Amino acid sequence: MAVALVLLLIVVASLLFHWLTPWWLTPLASNWQRMDDTLTVTVLITGAFFAAIMLFLIYTVWRYRHRSGQRAAYEPENPRVERWLIGATTVGIVGLLAPGLAVYADYVHPPQDALVLEVLGQQWQWHYRFAGLSEKAGAKGSERLGGTDVRFVAPDNPFGLDPADPAALDNVLVTGNEVHLPIGRPVKVLLRSNDVLHDFFVPPFRARMNIVPGQLSTFWFTPTTAGRFEAMCAQLCGVGHSNMRGFVIVEPEADFRAWLAKQPTFAMALAARAAAPRSTDPLVARGGALAQSKGCVACHSIDGRTIVGPTWKGLFGKTETLVDGSSAKVDDEYLKRFIRDPAARPIKGFAPVMPKVDLSDAEVDALVAYIKAQTAN
Amino acid sequence: MAYVDAADHLADDAHAEPRSFLTRYVWSQDHKVIAVQYGGTAIVVGVVGLVLSNLMRLQIGFPGVFSFIDAERYYQFVTMHGMIMVIYLLTALFLGGFGNYLIPLMVGARDMVFPYMNMLSFWVYLLSVVVLMLSFFVPGGPTGAGWTLYPPQAILPGTPGHDGGIVLMLVSLVIFIVATTMGGLNYVTTVLQARAEGMTLLRMPLAVWGIFVATILALLAFPALFVSGIMMLLDKTLGTSFFMPALISLGQVSGHKGGSPLLFQHLFWFFGHPEVYIVALPAFGIVSDLISVHARKAIFGYRTMVWAIVVIGGLSFVVWAHHMFVSGMNPYFGFFFATSTLIIAVPTAIKVYNWVLTLWKGDIHLSVPMLFALAFLLTFVLGGLTGLFLGNVSVDIPLSGTYFVVAHFHMVMGVAPLLVVFGGIYHWFPKITGRMLDDRLGQLHFWVTFLGTYLIYFPMHYLGVLGMPRRYYNYENYDFIPASAHMLNVFITVVALIVGAMQIVFVFNLVWSTFRGARADANPWRAASLEWFTPHTPPRHGNWGAKLPVVHRWAYAYSVPGARADFIAQNAPPEAGGFEPQPHSSKGTAS
Repeated sequence: MAVALVLLLIVVASLLFHWLTPWWLTPLASNWQRMDDTLTVTVLITGAFFAAIMLFLIYTVWRYRHRSGQRAAYEPENPRVERWLIGATTVGIVGLLAPGLAVYADYVHPPQDALVLEVLGQQWQWHYRFAGLSEKAGAKGSERLGGTDVRFVAPDNPFGLDPADPAALDNVLVTGNEVHLPIGRPVKVLLRSNDVLHDFFVPPFRARMNIVPGQLSTFWFTPTTAGRFEAMCAQLCGVGHSNMRGFVIVEPEADFRAWLAKQPTFAMALAARAAAPRSTDPLVARGGALAQSKGCVACHSIDGRTIVGPTWKGLFGKTETLVDGSSAKVDDEYLKRFIRDPAARPIKGFAPVMPKVDLSDAEVDALVAYIKAQTAN
Repeated sequence: MAYVDAADHLADDAHAEPRSFLTRYVWSQDHKVIAVQYGGTAIVVGVVGLVLSNLMRLQIGFPGVFSFIDAERYYQFVTMHGMIMVIYLLTALFLGGFGNYLIPLMVGARDMVFPYMNMLSFWVYLLSVVVLMLSFFVPGGPTGAGWTLYPPQAILPGTPGHDGGIVLMLVSLVIFIVATTMGGLNYVTTVLQARAEGMTLLRMPLAVWGIFVATILALLAFPALFVSGIMMLLDKTLGTSFFMPALISLGQVSGHKGGSPLLFQHLFWFFGHPEVYIVALPAFGIVSDLISVHARKAIFGYRTMVWAIVVIGGLSFVVWAHHMFVSGMNPYFGFFFATSTLIIAVPTAIKVYNWVLTLWKGDIHLSVPMLFALAFLLTFVLGGLTGLFLGNVSVDIPLSGTYFVVAHFHMVMGVAPLLVVFGGIYHWFPKITGRMLDDRLGQLHFWVTFLGTYLIYFPMHYLGVLGMPRRYYNYENYDFIPASAHMLNVFITVVALIVGAMQIVFVFNLVWSTFRGARADANPWRAASLEWFTPHTPPRHGNWGAKLPVVHRWAYAYSVPGARADFIAQNAPPEAGGFEPQPHSSKGTAS
């Protein structure tokens, strides 16, 4: 008896909750209204089914609960009822599937004139690349993306662009985690990773896809609302997964083109690399090599950008605030202890995700010298 | 058909009754003891999985408060919780526990047909559990790659436990599959070869049908996990490149080249989707029996129910890539897998209708097993319906990888089957031990578990629709997540802790009632199926005394018009009536 009442309460409360919930889709900011519509259709059909079958169950439990002297009916089958139920269910399923597949047919066919954006996922940051919008290519900006290979990847070439590919030289590289897109124009997103699986997920756009190393994957959407949208990784990619943040700024075409013009091309990046001064101190040079070979540079920049961990530019000599509220001056001793045991004293504002790296004392000294040099410059 | 002559059976096939404590309770070849060993081990591992889930919820509900839960530990908790619950608890409990106990008793056999292999199956399972638990104690700890163990990250730095942890996880899985295969061959052969006289396939209780088909699925699906486990082990230890493309891991070039991460996902889900039904089909079968017995009514549409189980089992092998709609596989696969996935909803819905129609015009006794069965119906219907969201490819795209998925699969293959496990334990406990479980503790356990799990998972769907991704250590500084969502996470955590604590009551009830519970009579629920008609309760070695039972009807002869009692035992003489309905075409030979 109580159970029938409680079940009724649950069903009514669930429907009410659905009606009143403060948590639902983020406001749509792309062309995929039809995805939302399919969700609505699915909610309605399944919701009606849920309510109908549960109310019937509740009535049954209440009506046929055991009372003394009661005996159950004997009706082991009823093929006619079963056939009707199979038929009705099939109709419901077709009603769900058909609109879903129709939307999906559009999803797998990106428009021919779409702007191509490459998103490169890397533990635990985002990079972006455009083919380049040289004036002679017209509004389409359809110059192609240059070839890439993992063997070209270096700290100053995170995309792994082939320096010998002329098409790569015009490519516009965005090494920060923020990308701009023009409003109202279809965007075909090419997804690439040089390390592990990722997923470029911007909830208001709805469209998304996993990123798989060793292959390209793709999806498309048309941004329809100006604004700054949060992007995040939605496929577990290691200990820094939840810190893999990005932003997409949707703005009018003119603003977008102005922004794009300010981004460096691959040719400019190559020139900057050639002009960069090399350190003369062998200890610092060794530290620089270690920072690359041990993977430190994946999270720590030397140009002031915050990737996952704090930048090394100007770090030495700073006073850091720790999670426990105390503060510490970044000196030789502090750096050595931190590198030895990163989890011991987490720093405020950064996730405690730095792994312990196996290093000899000499290697730690070299690394510290290198970090120090980023302040001395 | 392979009926065994009753007189010969005892002499030829049955192994000798063990004499010493060691051979009776430890190195036992008796299916009933092995079932309890399997079940006991699975429950102990399940408690570990439960504690891990509560630790994980502490971090989600109160990020940063429990400083020992750092990001590495969090992902290790998530991973181990998932793997333990799916494989080492549910699979082992349904097949090794319920399968072992019920099959021989329900089909009228003296034991499994290969008792020695049955014993081996348990000890190999125990070994796999030990290896799994060892991974908590190796340097780097257990793997934190997520229970799906997706490469490349599962074996690369940047993921917790990428050395010893992942190796022990893979080794443990391989060992587990060896155990499951030994058990599975046994269950299938026993069902096909050792049924008592008169026990046709279409007279078997649905519990046996569910376990039987689930076992066939396990035998066909686990090899895919086995080979992918071996391949990943080779990638990890010998540097092969089955799943590893050329890549740069945290700044270091790895030696791998040319492998495909998607190949692993295909292999994993080719196992992983049938795995859902390896857990669900036994639950379907068992709950059918619970509903029929406690509503005193013949299961509605028995043959349709059997066909639904078989069809669902078959279809479960052609839907796997609905787990991969946004994986980056060829997008055209989406059309096929969305369609096959939604087709599977039809036989599943029929099962739901037939459960409800079994209750219709029944004499519904609201005993604890029936309460769990009703809770299963609500939970399963909700979890099944949200599957229609995720199976329909364009609805799945925004929901994939969010808390909607977490809520869906916990409802449909976590909570729903576990409610059946609980119901089944309350139902068959008197058979196993000869004592009843305490009813008041059972009611308390039921209400808190049922309402608690609903409160945990129902609102969780909405966080997923909002777009909150799963497997996040924390959600700091995301503007699109309102403060109220964090409040909801606090609420869910608190409820999860209460539900977790309530399981202590269940374990206490099990232990206490085993020794102190009220004595049960031989057939406390007045059930008609064969397992309740052993000469002794609990059944002794060989189950049936001198003479095997002879079966004359199906297991659902309840409230037959004209019969004196409201049930007729399967082995009652033919004069008692209550035969199963005959097929309308004249092909079947059911009697």
